[in-house]
Amino acid sequence: MSRPRLGPLAAAIKLATILGAILGTAGCSDSPSPITVPGGDATRGRGIVAERQCGACHIVPGIRSARGRVGPTLARFAHRPYLAGKWPNDPEHLVRWLRDPPAMAPHTAMPAVLPDDAAARDAAAFLYTLR
Amino acid sequence: MNMQPTWQPASGSGAALIHELALTLYIGCALIFVFVMVLLVRAVFSAPRPIRARRWLIGGGLAFPGIVLSALLVYSLAVGGALANYNGQGVFRFLLDCVSDSSRALFTTVARPLRIEVTGRQWWWQVRYIEDDGEFELANELRLPVGRPVDLVLVAGDVIHSFWVPALAGKVDMIPGRANRLRLKSDVPGVFRGNCAEYCGGQHALMGLLVVVEPEEDFARWRERQAQPAPPPADDFLALGRDAFLRADCGDCHTVRGTGAAGTSGPDLTHVGSREMLGAAVLDNHIGTLGGWIAGTQDQKPGSLMPDTRSLSGVELRALSAWLESLE
Repeated sequence: MSRPRLGPLAAAIKLATILGAILGTAGCSDSPSPITVPGGDATRGRGIVAERQCGACHIVPGIRSARGRVGPTLARFAHRPYLAGKWPNDPEHLVRWLRDPPAMAPHTAMPAVLPDDAAARDAAAFLYTLR
Repeated sequence: MNMQPTWQPASGSGAALIHELALTLYIGCALIFVFVMVLLVRAVFSAPRPIRARRWLIGGGLAFPGIVLSALLVYSLAVGGALANYNGQGVFRFLLDCVSDSSRALFTTVARPLRIEVTGRQWWWQVRYIEDDGEFELANELRLPVGRPVDLVLVAGDVIHSFWVPALAGKVDMIPGRANRLRLKSDVPGVFRGNCAEYCGGQHALMGLLVVVEPEEDFARWRERQAQPAPPPADDFLALGRDAFLRADCGDCHTVRGTGAAGTSGPDLTHVGSREMLGAAVLDNHIGTLGGWIAGTQDQKPGSLMPDTRSLSGVELRALSAWLESLE
């Protein structure tokens, strides 16, 4: 016995379901909405990251001389769930971290290189553009 | 850091004399070229007429080049002489001094010029201030008082290098087994960048140095400080850093006067915190870049004789960086 043929309505529904599934998957790609840092300016932040030479320890995409491997690479930083493996990677923790890493992880090798709040906010905004 | 343009000759420097000579040549050549072209165009386009060939031959072929080239010869020799004996009075003062016997002393002697020995090494500059009242050593940075000539003794520790700070003077090679001399002077304060100008191996391009020209009183204060040994650590954290330095055997290659570390194959770090940059002008100098350099030297300067330091805990690396930064 052959399968019963689909009526036009059933075919349309099936097509819509498949299309919906495809479009739905595309909709939940790995690009969540951009994380914003209150008071942070990513363009200024890029300048700060370059000027403070974070690249002495980190690979920073888009900054050519940033080739350090002492600390983790900052490529796709916006996707990293944890800071120093222990704090949630959200704007509040990241700004605190940049201002004084040893206060949050006493055994870290990373020193406090951006103690200024405004500079840390700008740098954090820049880091969240690394997707 | 009051960084000065790399390619613009600083006023009062040997580079300014060379620049003057070059401009004179360019402009003179251009004028003569235009003059000859005008004659050519006239010869082609104007109606034929008799010319006084003898006058042109003697005037244009012998007298003119003879006078111009003689003047240039005297001028360029005077520039050479002024570069070697430069006390900031310019080429024409030097010429006057040459012809009048009584004032010879004016150009030949600068009252006891400061002497600095610079040794080119793969890939950094060892800098020794040679003084009667105690000498001291630093690396990759020269400090000069503004407006006062300083004599450099340029030597090489391994292969041929070349000392070049474009805004201050021409290139002078550093050759193993020889000591070359260069007199430096600048009438403007500021920081001037230089680089090795003779290919010397893999990291030749990252063999930079800074010349810091500062007012006489700042220079005197700096020099007094450099001659002192490193002060004892001000707190426990800095003491941890110093202990890490000694425990990791950094002293096998580096000297820090006052700690017992007395290695000679790497830069003297007694006052490393006072320097503008690290690793032969590769990185700025602060606690973060110090840590990155110490733990990741080979990332920053592959092939450098300094290995990555892997024996320190995170806290020790931070403390060591803080201690080095405190050595001003």
